[in-house]
Amino acid sequence: MPAVQETVERVKRIDVDQYRYGFETLIESDKAPKGLSEETVKFISEKKNEPAWMLQWRLEAYRRWLTMQEPTWARVDYPKIDFQDLYYYAAPKPKKTVSSLDEIDPEILKTYEKLGIPLREVAMLEGVEPKPGEEDPARRKIAVDAVFDSVSVATTFKAELKKAGVIFMPISEAIREHPELVQKYLGSVVPTSDNFYATLNSAVFSDGSFVYVPPGVRCPMELSTYFRINERNTGQFERTLIIADKGSYVSYLEGCTAPQRDENQLHAAVVELVALDDAEIKYSTVQNWYPGNSEGKGGIYNFVTKRGDCRGANSKISWTQVETGSAITWKYPSCILRGDNSRGEFYSIAISNGFQQVDSGTKMIHLGKNTSSRIISKGIAAGRSQNTYRGLVTAHRKATGARNFTACDSLLIGDKCGAHTVPYIEAKNSSATFEHEATTSKISEDVLFYCIQRGLSQEEAVGLVVNGFVKDVLQQLPMEFAVEAQKLISISLEGSVG
Amino acid sequence: MMALLEVKDLKVRVEEREILHGLTLTVNEGEVHAIMGPNGSGKSTLSHVIAGKPGYEVTDGQILFKGEDLLEMEPDERAAKGVFLAFQYPVEIPGVATMNFLRTALNAQRKARGESEYSTPDFLKKVREVSKSLNIPQDMLKRGVNVGFSGGEKKRNEVLQMALFEPSLCILDEMDSGLDIDALRIAADGVNALRSPKRSMVVITHYQRLLNYIVPDVVHVMSRGRVVKSGGKELALELEASGYAQFEAA
Ligand SMILES: Nc1ncnc2c1ncn2[C@@H]1O[C@H](COP(=O)(O)OP(=O)(O)OP(=O)(O)O)[C@@H](O)[C@H]1O
Ligand SMILES: [Mg+2]
Repeated sequence: MPAVQETVERVKRIDVDQYRYGFETLIESDKAPKGLSEETVKFISEKKNEPAWMLQWRLEAYRRWLTMQEPTWARVDYPKIDFQDLYYYAAPKPKKTVSSLDEIDPEILKTYEKLGIPLREVAMLEGVEPKPGEEDPARRKIAVDAVFDSVSVATTFKAELKKAGVIFMPISEAIREHPELVQKYLGSVVPTSDNFYATLNSAVFSDGSFVYVPPGVRCPMELSTYFRINERNTGQFERTLIIADKGSYVSYLEGCTAPQRDENQLHAAVVELVALDDAEIKYSTVQNWYPGNSEGKGGIYNFVTKRGDCRGANSKISWTQVETGSAITWKYPSCILRGDNSRGEFYSIAISNGFQQVDSGTKMIHLGKNTSSRIISKGIAAGRSQNTYRGLVTAHRKATGARNFTACDSLLIGDKCGAHTVPYIEAKNSSATFEHEATTSKISEDVLFYCIQRGLSQEEAVGLVVNGFVKDVLQQLPMEFAVEAQKLISISLEGSVG
Repeated sequence: MMALLEVKDLKVRVEEREILHGLTLTVNEGEVHAIMGPNGSGKSTLSHVIAGKPGYEVTDGQILFKGEDLLEMEPDERAAKGVFLAFQYPVEIPGVATMNFLRTALNAQRKARGESEYSTPDFLKKVREVSKSLNIPQDMLKRGVNVGFSGGEKKRNEVLQMALFEPSLCILDEMDSGLDIDALRIAADGVNALRSPKRSMVVITHYQRLLNYIVPDVVHVMSRGRVVKSGGKELALELEASGYAQFEAA
């Protein structure tokens, strides 16, 4: 049987239920009543001891949401979501605020252990300092703001960050402690009225991270959040806000895994980034949520709004994502290039297997003069999955000298999957230069056989070839993340060859 | 002398068409055999079937390797057991550094044999030695496997792998095609260095010239899916002089 044919056969037999990170943690939880109403919104706001302005903001979003329709333009297909049949808030209870990891529920720590990310855990748990002059990635410090089922339960490395003047805390805390910053920037990139899911998020967001880097400060460590969904039928509505003030730099890592379950789970996060003059934000994601079982049942619905605003001149925002999980992914991390000479980057690896549906891409909105953007997208489709790149690049009238380079490559494994590229390009001034390249290829039988002849198993061969295919993007990730992502890529394709 | 490879009355189909019509070939341990034959006579097909490439249907006959039924083994298992095929057309693997590929493959084979993985310094030392003798610059090993390699470099990369993996059966499918005279000598020296009483080679070529460098013990003439004549090294000279017509299978 030709290898590709065999791959296809094996895909038919895959059982994604063997999902590596499928487990649940037993923790009592404190839930909002099922369904969405003004009462739910008030309940959440009250639970979080929010000031009145925040509740008002939420209620306005909620009222707005009632008038909106779910978008249907993406190439994804799913049963209608009954928004009244979901829980909108669940907090691990009882929780007091913690200052050190010792105080965290051992169950939660065990969960992290099961995630099997030893490098990071060493750094996280021991806070090992690199020796002077030595950049050992395994020992590089990472500050972790762990969001467990909607509530941040641990914030580490606070002290050192404080020394640098960096604010890194759950957004619920920031609302209370830094209301002036939150009020100024929250919703300034993704307005409450932006889109159906973002508006929903604005009404009911539970928690997420808040980062503020003051002028001229280079954040002394990578900031990282692990979060996972852990409550049955609970929508997870993360809200992240990162502000890099003038001349500052911050790198933020986001990674997550989820326990396996039957019901579909809605996830509608919003991430807002603001880069002022000469500031740079690097945002990296490794996403590995439950993709559903071999019949395509279960799995996370991931409807995310991520947007960065290069508000200042010479600012830069770079998105890097490795998307391997979720039943449905609807996600377009974007950059608004408002400041002159600002730059936006989008590096993406999107892998789909089984019955996964991915509709992802980016938007680069050139508003300022001499703005530039770069898009490198690698889509890998296996099994019966559908993988769509959807990208928009626009240059407005005043965006003279705008430049974009886009390269979209798709790799197909088997012949029951699909890869699609939907680029929209719009230049409203003649000085813009936009380049677009796209390729679609099937994984080559001859290349696989070459590897296998040299001793690799079929699965290892696929993993190797795919990792080669995505190398340009992997290189954009911080080292320890890249290693993890490489493993994840092999894991997520495991089903595709048996 | 012990037979390392025994191909017995092998019949092979590709897409419903029979390509090998009952091919028989025995290669003893330590011997070098040359296979010559016109285009399309089935030389590459034979090498692919021995290596286990998918897409070929064996309808009759058998292949024994060290007395074991080779056709029952997965292709990666065959590799780990010592079957190496230097491809006529080595493929490119973008984004996979050659060095990384060599290590991944070598360790996969060792693991399959229950041997421990090479340590990084040992591995690097070994690669450096072998690549030096084959005139392969270290820089080349940082590039993607065969990506942007010249025809000659690709062939040398095959010999490099052969030297690293230390297989007991080496099948070289037209390793001389596309090589200039110096590259040919370097590659042939590399191959000769690997000759040993425990290792056998099957050298597929169109040109007698290669056999001046790699001197075979036995020469086979293949025509239309069969071995039609076998003899000593002088058979190659005979072919060079008078062509294949006299050996055409009926
Ligand atoms: N995948 C395939 N599909 C159809 N026919 C094939 C396939 N592979 C080989 N053949 C046919 O089998 C015959 C033998 O091919 P093979 O490549 O083995 O010849 P060869 O002796 O190696 O030739 P050359 O000297 O040109 O390399 C040819 O007629 C070829 O067209
Ligand atoms: Mg051939």
